[in-house]
Formats: sequence, C-alpha cells, structure tokens
Amino acid sequence: MYWHELGSMDPFASVRALQRQMNRLFDGYGAEEREAFPAVNLWSNAEEVIVQAEVPGVDPKDVEISVQGDQLTLQGERKADESPENVVCSRAERGSGRFTRSFRLPFEVDNTKASARCANGVLTVTLPRTETSKPRKIAIAAD
Amino acid sequence: MTTPSKDLQPQKKESAGGIELAQDRPVFLPPTDIYERDDGVLVVCDMPGVDEKHVDVTLEDDVLTLTGSQQVQEPEGHELLHRGHWPGVFRRSFTLTTEVDREKIKARIRHGVLEVVLPKAKETQPKRIKVETE
Repeated sequence: MYWHELGSMDPFASVRALQRQMNRLFDGYGAEEREAFPAVNLWSNAEEVIVQAEVPGVDPKDVEISVQGDQLTLQGERKADESPENVVCSRAERGSGRFTRSFRLPFEVDNTKASARCANGVLTVTLPRTETSKPRKIAIAAD
Repeated sequence: MTTPSKDLQPQKKESAGGIELAQDRPVFLPPTDIYERDDGVLVVCDMPGVDEKHVDVTLEDDVLTLTGSQQVQEPEGHELLHRGHWPGVFRRSFTLTTEVDREKIKARIRHGVLEVVLPKAKETQPKRIKVETE
C-alpha cells in the first residue's frame, strides 16, 4: 500500500497508483512499490552509515531519531493539512499521521557521535561506527 | 471537506511520458492535495529535496504545471545498502477550469512541500509565477 494514500478520499487513487507502478516499471527504476513512509536510502563504508530519508512536510522538531547498538529507529509525525470551513477537497493524496521505521545496521554505531540535519524535507543522519566494532588487524608474530 | 468538485480535473496524461527529458533523470508524479474555496484554489505538493531555486510553477492557458528538481547530494565512496528513493524530477500538471487571477498567484516551498495559492478571478493571460521561500 502506498503510505500517502491511506485515508485518501479519491476513488481513483488505486487506479493512479497502478499507473505510477507501470510508469516506474517501464522507466526501469524497479518494479517494486514505493516503500513505506519515509522512503529511506542507506549507505555505509567501513567507518560510518549514512541514512537519507524523504520527510516532506515534516517539521524537523517532530522527528525523533534513536540509535541503540546496531539498530536505528526513525519516528515522527506528519501533520495533516489544515482544513478550515467551506473548503472542498478535490484531491487528497498526501497522507498524514505518525510513522516509525527501524533498520538494523551492518555494525554498531556510536550514538553519542551521531549527527542529523534536515534540509528541504530530506533528513540526513550520519552514524559513525563504534571503535569496538571496527575490525582489528592482528599481527602474526614470526618465530 | 465535501465531495470532489468538477472544477479541477487531472489531465489525461499525468506523466511526462512521451516527452523526453534532456537530462537522464527519472520523472516522478508527486502526491498532491488540492483544496478549493469560494475565493481560490490551494495546491499542496510533496517535493522532498527541492529548494526554492529549483522549482518552477507555470500557468499557461489553463494548465498549471509544477516542476521541482531534487538537489540531494548522495554520499560518495559508500556502498549502497538499501534504496527507497531515487534522485529525480517531480512534475505534475493540472487543468484548471476555474478562472484564476494570474497577478495574485503565490507559491512557496517549505520543508519540501510546495504550496500554490491561486485566487479566483476573471482575466486570462499566460504568466510565469515567482516562487518564494521563507
């Protein structure tokens, strides 16, 4: 299910969802569905993990990032549009509500050195690897 | 909120399919909310990673087109473990059947969400809309 179509009032939402899927399929950008909100990209190298999440319309103050060992959790809330009186909603595709996503990282990260920033609705979290989880070279003593 | 009005109809062709882009970037249809009131129309569109310099709102004849180009730096020298989104271009067009006051259209982008306010009026002339940020 598309996250942003939960609570949609549009009877054609599923038709368009299918159309989008077909577009994606033929665009060659993967046949899989758009993933849960927020969509996340994860990168790592030997030193750190970088997480990039698309959180449009989410106030950075409403996002909570927690790290424990090798587990990262993103939680937050996307507030619904204000809908005053006498307003007709012609289209509602953007969802709202609370979200939670958890990821198991390839190694333990140091939660005291983690940093996060949010720009234009994209959250970037950098999580450095703990010293203890880094591989250690063991010198072989020659006789 | 009541039932959808007939004033705002999606264009039959919602994607940029058929028209090729000069750049090799995927084009996405951003999720959009549209609200209508007696005095105007509000279009709210998700465009994460788009700043005010890379968003374009045009109204030509009765076709409103919203285009935003993502400006997200992907880390280099890292291995990709999981991909849930691709960098690309958001584009969506709507046909307005409501007469809009082209001089008073306002657009702003905040936290990756584009909001366009189109006050209702009579005159009809093509016009480019300047996008503001906070």
